[in-house]
Amino acid sequence: MSYWFRNDNRLPQARLAIASYVIVGMVGLLLLGFWKLQVVDSDKYGQMAERNRVRSIPIIAPRGRMLDRDGRVLVDNYPSFSILLLRDDPALIDKNLPTIADGLGIPLSDLKDQLESTKNLPKFQPIVIKPEATNADVAYIESHRSDIPLLEMLMVQRRRYLPGGFMSHASGYVGEVSEQQIEASNGRLRPGDLAGKTGLERQYNDTLTGTDGMRRVVVNSVGKEVKELGHLTQQEPIPGKQIQLTIDYDLQQVAEQSLGMRPGAVVALDPRTGEVLAMVSRPTPDPNDFAVRIPAEEWKALNDDPLHPLLNRAIQAQLAPGSVFKIVTATAMLEDHVPEEGFTTFCPGYGTFFGRQYHCYVFYAKSGPKSHGVLGLHDAILKSCDVFFYNVGMRLGIDRLSYYASKLGIGHKTGIDLPSEEPGLMPSQEWVERTFHRKWYAGEVISVATGQGAVTTTPLQLARLIGGIASGGVFKQPHMLKDAQNVGEERFAIAESTIEKVTDAMYGVVNEPGGTGGHLKLAGIELSGKSGTAQVIGYDKMALVRKGSQYADNAWFVGYAPKRNPEICVAVLVQESGQHGGEAAGPVVRDIVKAYYDKKAKKTQGQLTADDKQYDLSRGAAAAASVHTLPVVKPAAATAAVPARAASVDPQR
Amino acid sequence: MNDAPGTRDYDWWLLAILAAICALGVIEIYSATHGSSLAGMQNKQLRWLLIGFVLMFALSRLDYHLILDQAPVLYLIGIAALIAVLAFGHTRFGAKRWIPVLGEFLQVSELVKLIIIIVMARFFAEVRSDELSIQDLIKAGLIIGLPLGLILKQPDLGTALVLVPLLVVGAFLAGLQWKHAAAIALIGLLMLPVAWRVLKPYQKERVTSFLHPEEDAKGSGYQVLQSKIAVGSGGFWGKGFGNGTQNQLGYIPVRYSDFIMSAWAEEQGFKGVLLALGLYMALLLRLVQNAQRAKDRAGMFLVMGVAAVLGFHVLVNVAMVIGAMPVTGIPLPLMSYGGSATLFVFLAIGLVMNVRLRRFVN
Repeated sequence: MSYWFRNDNRLPQARLAIASYVIVGMVGLLLLGFWKLQVVDSDKYGQMAERNRVRSIPIIAPRGRMLDRDGRVLVDNYPSFSILLLRDDPALIDKNLPTIADGLGIPLSDLKDQLESTKNLPKFQPIVIKPEATNADVAYIESHRSDIPLLEMLMVQRRRYLPGGFMSHASGYVGEVSEQQIEASNGRLRPGDLAGKTGLERQYNDTLTGTDGMRRVVVNSVGKEVKELGHLTQQEPIPGKQIQLTIDYDLQQVAEQSLGMRPGAVVALDPRTGEVLAMVSRPTPDPNDFAVRIPAEEWKALNDDPLHPLLNRAIQAQLAPGSVFKIVTATAMLEDHVPEEGFTTFCPGYGTFFGRQYHCYVFYAKSGPKSHGVLGLHDAILKSCDVFFYNVGMRLGIDRLSYYASKLGIGHKTGIDLPSEEPGLMPSQEWVERTFHRKWYAGEVISVATGQGAVTTTPLQLARLIGGIASGGVFKQPHMLKDAQNVGEERFAIAESTIEKVTDAMYGVVNEPGGTGGHLKLAGIELSGKSGTAQVIGYDKMALVRKGSQYADNAWFVGYAPKRNPEICVAVLVQESGQHGGEAAGPVVRDIVKAYYDKKAKKTQGQLTADDKQYDLSRGAAAAASVHTLPVVKPAAATAAVPARAASVDPQR
Repeated sequence: MNDAPGTRDYDWWLLAILAAICALGVIEIYSATHGSSLAGMQNKQLRWLLIGFVLMFALSRLDYHLILDQAPVLYLIGIAALIAVLAFGHTRFGAKRWIPVLGEFLQVSELVKLIIIIVMARFFAEVRSDELSIQDLIKAGLIIGLPLGLILKQPDLGTALVLVPLLVVGAFLAGLQWKHAAAIALIGLLMLPVAWRVLKPYQKERVTSFLHPEEDAKGSGYQVLQSKIAVGSGGFWGKGFGNGTQNQLGYIPVRYSDFIMSAWAEEQGFKGVLLALGLYMALLLRLVQNAQRAKDRAGMFLVMGVAAVLGFHVLVNVAMVIGAMPVTGIPLPLMSYGGSATLFVFLAIGLVMNVRLRRFVN
């Protein structure tokens, strides 16, 4: 045995015993710890494990489509991917944000802004950082699943509108819901959800919006989907209901093409029902640009554009109606017999009131006589003589004129089922006092009687007004939902003789020699109407500055057919065309009315069978009545929901 | 010295407990890896167990007195190996701990643990008095301090800390005076805030959470939370073999190794934990019993050194799994997958057998 060894068997038994107790105590403490976790708090950790494992992935419900009156698709959806950023782990986000920004081509500052603006949302709620993923983005996310476990893709349905801004102001567009909307929705809306921002998309948002479903999947620790939980736990999405519009695709197309790129608006109504057959406003943005997120600069440019492309001129342009207003003046004159209906006046090209000369447009005619000579009401409407209506206006006075104008709808919203309609303005003594705190000048009525001065109308108002008078004083509420029920109706008692004289004159505008719409004559169709050429500045000043197009006249033409109880009434505005209303706006009216009758003729001959069949199909699918209230119109059954990926976007198919 | 102990002198109870623990480990390693790219790991573990078993018997044949004779030499070899590994060792997972042996990477520090057990047993066996003098205590501290510092440099905080209980238990059994213990405890307590202030932030992080870089993608707080979720969601009865969602879906970090207790607790529940910890308690108590029956103080220190290291491993690892201690990367003896660690445990048990076999000799 070595030098160090001492056969020492005196073992410290007491201390060894203590060691035993320490061991027992240690194991006991550990068991206590397990007892706490596994028995006392077992439920809590069980739920946490479940939350870990099961992830709920929303299935986006497709938004309801919009169909035209014959069942052709006007607004559709297409599937796309949104990129979501998971925000559970702030440290991981900080670390990976530059990589993500680089990989997806999003500026880092944008990402940071987005995180900042959504920091009040619950941490488990992912945010959309890129609404439309490219193929490269998808590949990037798939290949970085394990090292950047923060990105998720979500299949969504994007809106597809017809190209070139077709019907875009009526349809409106969808956009991502704002933070405020999300907060106000009680958890119904999530970031990245879409909602109608304008037009029909906004008006019928509740109908069009479906209810998103939920898919529950098991994910592993790096967020990769391992398997799907049973179908029992899956909530199917409920697609939004599609809506059928009163719009006629064929007429809409004619209206779009006929107006061309000129700034202005077209509204075509069926005065018998109030159905809007076509609605165009120019210039127009392409709402497909808004279907995904629009860059801030582009949005600013659209808003700052002096031509206001976002304005729906058909319901929001409040402009002087010009000579179209003479129909209102004529109606007031005939109804109140002031002056008597046989009243005639001599037009030397101008009239002198209160020591001031008011010119008739004929004074500036490029050729022919610079006077209308002696004329009565019929000819004054035909030739749109200003001097005649100056005199009538003077005799009627502003009170009578504003009473009739107001009864005929000027200064009031028509109640169309579109948001942000403007009411126009009919001046009155009371209005002047309220607005300008002054007395009404007697001379002001001279301008108003010819649709100048303070009076303003929207194209929709004029279509309703002219169509309503031709229908014998029955004004149907304009609307765009095909099966709308309880369409509002206003009746304004107008003497039959008045209607006959006014409609005869409007028929004459197109069909009698000397009428301002003589060139619009359509064989076999009783096209009637009234032109208007509203000055942006006075005739006299115009004579001075001569022609800068920014001062050019606004051209109006409101036409309808047939002569009495019309089936179609079209109001057209061409802004600052520098042309007479009949020249610039008239042909658009003529084209649409002609297209209407052409189609009607084909239909009665049974040539439109294909369209009819499609129409029947969509009618057959119509089912559940949607319950929602509108301005005044109470819409009926929105047609039943059909899965969105069906159907081509080309309604001409 | 008559060197022919019979087979009946082996501690068959100890072997039975050992085998049971190994079985739990192999079962859970299988469950944790069978569906993943690591499938088949249990077979590798079985191979290590087999090698360990053979080594254990081999070591038990060689009289421990002869081993203790060579303690200074072994100590020098151990220090040299630690320096060598710092100089030439393989860096895996961000730390220099490995040297290649027979195509496998072995952790030098596991071997050093074994050597320090032997060295400490020799040192304390040489203390002649019943009470441990302060000089001897300081000497023991220095003997342990050198390898401890070298292991810290790898860096391997976990293994370095394992050396501390060797000193504590050894000193305690060698007659540590209560006043010395109290004084050391007091100084230690006073030094703690100072030491903390001296540490750099990343070092503090190292102290609180021993980082395996490859396993730490989401931070040690996340690891501990996932481990606690696994343990807690197991409940009393467990989710069943192969059914632990935290385990199977990979939420538990290194579920086949350091966190194997977490996987076991999730799938087998509290009843399984009772079984596992019961086995470990039996193992440790059996070691103490062997120490009590040792023929001499040298044997007793040897056995208690093994008990101290294994007990520390169990305590720190299991406490980590339930979030009661920071993540330090100390494996659970015989359940966690690992070649070096398994070999160490079997060799250590070989020393215990060695002592037991010779309790009646002479």
